[in-house]
Amino acid sequence: MNIVVCVKQTPDTAATVTVENGKVSWGDAPLVINPWDEFAVEQALRTKEAHGGKVIALSVGPEAAREALKHALAMGCDEAILVSDPGLLTVDSLVISKALAAAIDKIGGIDLAFFGRQAVDSDTGVTPAQVARRLGWPALTLVAALSAVDPAGKTISVDRAFDEGRQQVKSPLPALISVTKEICEPRYPSFMGIRKASKATIPVWSAADIGLGAIPAPALSWTEVFAPPKIETKVEMITGDSAEAMAAKLAARLLEEKVL
Amino acid sequence: MATNVFVYIDHYNGQAVGAAWEIVGAARKAAEALGAGVTAVVIGQGVSALAEEAIQHGADEARIVDDPQLKDYRPESYATALTKVLKDGGAQVVFLPTTARTRELAAVTAVDLETGVVPDLVGFEVKDGKVVGTRPIYAGKLMEKVVVATAGPQIFLIRSRVFPKPEAQQGRKGAVTKVDAALGAATTEVLGYKATEAGVSLTDAAVIVSGGRGVSVNPKLTPPADITDDHQKEVWRAQQGFALIRELAAVLNAAVGASRAAVDAGYIPYANQVGQTGKVVSPDVYVAAGVSGAIQHLAGMRTSKTIVAINKDVEAPIFKVARFGIVGDLFEVLPALTRELKAKLSR
Ligand SMILES: Cc1cc2nc3c(=O)[nH]c(=O)nc-3n(C[C@H](O)[C@H](O)[C@H](O)COP(=O)(O)OP(=O)(O)OC[C@H]3O[C@@H](n4cnc5c(N)ncnc54)[C@H](O)[C@@H]3O)c2cc1C
Ligand SMILES: Nc1ncnc2c1ncn2[C@@H]1O[C@H](COP(=O)(O)O)[C@@H](O)[C@H]1O
Repeated sequence: MNIVVCVKQTPDTAATVTVENGKVSWGDAPLVINPWDEFAVEQALRTKEAHGGKVIALSVGPEAAREALKHALAMGCDEAILVSDPGLLTVDSLVISKALAAAIDKIGGIDLAFFGRQAVDSDTGVTPAQVARRLGWPALTLVAALSAVDPAGKTISVDRAFDEGRQQVKSPLPALISVTKEICEPRYPSFMGIRKASKATIPVWSAADIGLGAIPAPALSWTEVFAPPKIETKVEMITGDSAEAMAAKLAARLLEEKVL
Repeated sequence: MATNVFVYIDHYNGQAVGAAWEIVGAARKAAEALGAGVTAVVIGQGVSALAEEAIQHGADEARIVDDPQLKDYRPESYATALTKVLKDGGAQVVFLPTTARTRELAAVTAVDLETGVVPDLVGFEVKDGKVVGTRPIYAGKLMEKVVVATAGPQIFLIRSRVFPKPEAQQGRKGAVTKVDAALGAATTEVLGYKATEAGVSLTDAAVIVSGGRGVSVNPKLTPPADITDDHQKEVWRAQQGFALIRELAAVLNAAVGASRAAVDAGYIPYANQVGQTGKVVSPDVYVAAGVSGAIQHLAGMRTSKTIVAINKDVEAPIFKVARFGIVGDLFEVLPALTRELKAKLSR
C-alpha cells in the first residue's frame, strides 16, 4: 500500500487568537501539526503496518510548515514533501485542493490518501472532498472506522459518521479518506523518531514543479475579520436549604422568564 | 423574475434534516434582497414529497433529480446531479444546511463549477448583489466575513438554528420539474447503515442537557460486587449519573450532551461530545451538570441562549457564562429538578 497523508501546519489550539490591524495574530504561540491530522497520520501508519508499503506526508504551506512534516516523520512516516510557493500562501481550498491533487499525481502510484477532518484555523473541512474530485477518486470523508482493507483486491470498506448514524461503504482503491477522532488514538513521536526526523531532508516542490503553471486566483475573498461580540451574562445563583428547594426555585424562574 | 437563489434539501434516506426548512427561509430572505426567487433542489429516489414540502415552506419552485442510482447518498453522483441542476438553472446563490453530507457535497460541487464554498454560516447580509457570509474561525475565537468572488454560483452552508423555521403554508403551489442528469456508473457500494444512539439530534435540539466528569462523582453509590476494577466502578457510577441526565432530557424533549472528559473516560459515545473537538451547538437552553466549563467546552456551547449550571464547586468557570446557577450535588439536584419540571410542565 502506497499511502499519502496530508497535513497542515496550524497555530496551537491553546493560543489566544486576536485581530491586530485587520490581521489575525496568535502572538508567539507555537505552530503545530493540525490536531485532526495526527489521527490521519496514525491511521496511515497503522494501515502500512498491517499491509506493508510506505507513508508519505505531504503539506502545502510556507517554509515553516516543515515542522508539521517533521512531526509526521517523527511519528513514523517514511518520507515528507513540502509544496511551497509564494503564490500558494493566501489561497482557499479550491486552490489548495488543486495543488494537493497535482502533488499526489506527481508522486504517482498512490493507493490511499488520508486527511484530517478539518483544519483548526479556517475550520472549513472541505479540502479532502475537493482533492478527491480533482483526482477522480471516491471521497470517503468523516471515516470513523476501517472495517476491511484488501490490498490485493484493491478495495476498502469504511464506516462514515453522519449526524444520524453510520453509512458503511465499500470502495475501490485508490480512494481518499478523511478521518474523525474515533478512528484511533495518535501515538507520540518516539525519541528515535524525533532524531530521525531532525536529520531528514524534505524536498520542496514549487507550483511549477507540480505542473500548476499559473496559480488560479482564490474563489473566496475575505472582507473582514473581527473578534466576536462579548456575550454579557450575569449569573443568578439559586440558593436554598435543600436540593428540592433549589430545584423548585430554578424551575419557577425558568418558567417565569419563559426560558422553557 | 429571475429565479436564481437555489436551496438544497438535505435528507437522510428520504427524511429531511431538521434544519432543511430553516435554510429555505434563509434563501427566501436572500432572494428578497436580490430581487430573485427561490428554487428548491431535491436529489434522491422517491423523494418528490420533499419538493412539495419545500414549496410549502417558501420555495417558488422545485427541481428534482430522481433516479434509482440516487437511492443511497454518495458524494460523487449527488454532486453530478446538483451541478447539472445549478448549471441548467443559472444559479447565482446556493444555500445548504451544514451537515456531514452537505459539507462534502458542496465541496465537490464547487470543484465541478470552479467556484467558492463557505461552510458554517451564522449569518449573512446582501451587499452589491453578493451574499456576504459571517462565520466563526479558530474555534469561535474570531469571526470572518466572506464573499465568493467568482462569477459562478456562490455556495454557502448555513448552521442549524440560526434562522427561524418558516410555517408551512398548505395551499402554497409551485412548479416541480424533473431534471435528468447523466450520473455515470457508481464505483462505490453502500453496504448499509448502522444507527447510532437514537434520540434528539444535538445540533437541531432546542434544549440540551449535558453531563461532565461530575456524573461519576458519587461516593454514596455502591457498585455491584462483581465489578472490582476501579475504572469499571467509575463507569458504573457515571451510568447512574447519565441516567439522571437522560430523565431530565426526556421531560424537556432535549438532546443529551457531554464533555470530552466524560467521553474520554468511556461514559458516553463521542457522538454526544460538545465542544471544540465535538459538536458546536446553540440551543435555547443548555443545562450543564458536573461540567467545569473549560474553554474548549465553551467553544461548543457559548452561544446557547440560556445556560443553566449545576456544579458542586462555586469556583467552576461554567458559572461565568451561566444565566442560572446552582451550587450543589447533581445527584440530588437533577432528580428534584426533573420532578419539579415534570409537574409544572405536566409531562
Ligand atoms: C485540543 C483540545 C480539545 C478539547 N476539546 C474539548 C471538547 O470538544 N469538549 C470538551 O468538553 N472538552 C474539550 N477539551 C477538554 C477540556 O479542556 C476539559 O478537560 C474538559 O472539558 C473537562 O471536562 P469536565 O468539565 O467534564 O471535567 P472536569 O474539568 O473534571 O470537571 C468536572 C466538574 O464536575 C464537578 N462535579 C464533580 N462532582 C459533582 C457532583 N456530584 N455534582 C455536581 N458537580 C460535580 C466538579 O466541581 C467539576 O467542576 C479539549 C482539550 C484540548 C486540549
Ligand atoms: N495546506 C495544506 N496542506 C496539506 N494538507 C492540507 C492543507 N490544507 C488542508 N489540508 C488537509 O485537509 C484537511 C481539511 O482541511 P480544511 O478543508 O482546510 O479544513 C486537513 O485536515 C488536512 O488533512
